[in-house]
Amino acid sequence: MKQIYLDNQSNTRLDERVFDSMKPFFIEYYGNPQSIYSLGTISKDALESARCKVASLINADAGEIIFTSCGSESNNLAIKGVAEALKANGRHIIVSSIEHFSILNSVRRLEKEGFEVDSVPVDNKGNINELKLKEMLRKDTILVSVQYANPEIGTIQNIKKLVSIVKQSQNISDFVVFHTDAVSACGTIPVDVKDLGVDTLTFSASAIHGPRGAAALYINRGLKIIPQIDGGVQENSKRSGTENIPAIVGFGKACEIAKEELVSKSRFICKLRDRLISGLLNKVECIYLNGPQAQENRLPGNVNFSIEFIEGEALFLLLDAKGVMVGSGSACASKDLKLSHVLRAINVDVVIGQGSIVFTLSKFNTEKEMEYVLEEFPSIVKRLRDMSPLYSYFVQTGKKKVAGLGANFDEHCHCDL
Amino acid sequence: MAFYSEKVMKHFTNPRNVGEIKGADGIGEVGNPVCGDMMTFYIKVNNNKIEDVKFKTFGCGAAIAVSSIVSEMAFGKTIEEVMALTNADVAKALGGLPPNKMHCSNLGADALHKAVENYKSKKL
Repeated sequence: MKQIYLDNQSNTRLDERVFDSMKPFFIEYYGNPQSIYSLGTISKDALESARCKVASLINADAGEIIFTSCGSESNNLAIKGVAEALKANGRHIIVSSIEHFSILNSVRRLEKEGFEVDSVPVDNKGNINELKLKEMLRKDTILVSVQYANPEIGTIQNIKKLVSIVKQSQNISDFVVFHTDAVSACGTIPVDVKDLGVDTLTFSASAIHGPRGAAALYINRGLKIIPQIDGGVQENSKRSGTENIPAIVGFGKACEIAKEELVSKSRFICKLRDRLISGLLNKVECIYLNGPQAQENRLPGNVNFSIEFIEGEALFLLLDAKGVMVGSGSACASKDLKLSHVLRAINVDVVIGQGSIVFTLSKFNTEKEMEYVLEEFPSIVKRLRDMSPLYSYFVQTGKKKVAGLGANFDEHCHCDL
Repeated sequence: MAFYSEKVMKHFTNPRNVGEIKGADGIGEVGNPVCGDMMTFYIKVNNNKIEDVKFKTFGCGAAIAVSSIVSEMAFGKTIEEVMALTNADVAKALGGLPPNKMHCSNLGADALHKAVENYKSKKL
């Protein structure tokens, strides 16, 4: 059967050139880079060469790159490592309301340790409320973390502007650190740390057609950060543990390819995205695009729709039966049975949000695949609407059963969880 | 292993008895769209037996499969037999449900009971 993978926010397919670059480092060059005999030196050279390529993607210096195992680890290291290093100066942290769980749960832990955390709200397209951010800044604020681009609704933040708001505020000390989780941005849109002025930045190989098991934290030279793994001298003693050379080599290659192809592939992916958005809007009634418009600050490969009167998990299971793999922000599709925190943050009606579906495209998708989705999607929606009591109520009365803005899931839900 | 059992997928992709009954003897509605699951059951009763049953469901794969199998299980049963049917029986008949779906989506028997109660209240 046809396999159309449109869930690149979950993981991306490894580029074959990346795979080829990794192969020799499994059974041929397996030396530990900390060893100084020849086999170790080969690994050490591969490690440093990869570091240069990874740094180059974001215009950093190689010495500013720390390799980790995944984006979550990089975010943990940035948040906890900075908080620990700066806690003598203050204990106030600001994060956006649509951060990844590795940020949200890191600050939740810090809260238990006596830090104070404020969450900056976003508008209904996911843009940070700049005024609120300004108001939240305090003399004891040590860390601000804002995700560069949101993988679920595609919103790209104006990080450069947010950094300048934070750094130029009158009401702030000069040690405040700005962190950005750029996992969804790097390799998809141009990212230049020198231009942005961020202090730390997370990005990951698995998001850019590299392997799982390698990610990076950019740390602006001179910034103090407390390691979160105690051990040996690897990664300048900031991240101990034997380096995952095959994955790091693959990460380097993936960054090199991403840099070369960024402009052309991004244009191509935008075209696919726009075709999917306009096609779905034309073919299906009562659907709503979540996040910015295509011509606004939206990630090239992101399409997120709420499909009214039906539920997202049922929708993606039927799409899967047709060979189309997508994601959903609906409550039923999640483990905790709650609507995604991102959809809640942009005030999506909790009932309409149940029918949300996320397509995330990559350079490996084709126009033909988009046409196939546009052909299959409307009949799947019809099939589910035909069995939906909400839809028949709408057809018979012209009225919709909606929860209304701000409706509370826990109050409405009669189930015993 | 797949997220849902084969039987759940069979009922979800090809649900039985979808629809509404005009002039139903009893209608039962459970759930809330906010939770992501809502079921409406329609029954026709003749001689104390379920003569016809139809449903409409808004919800995930589990909710739709549950509705489908409940409608199948109810056909031809007496009112008493239908009232003895539990949500646990339904989950069992489906070859089990994922743990996080046991409570939220497994509302089919409740919806059917409500339809029966509605029928009984009309008779009084």
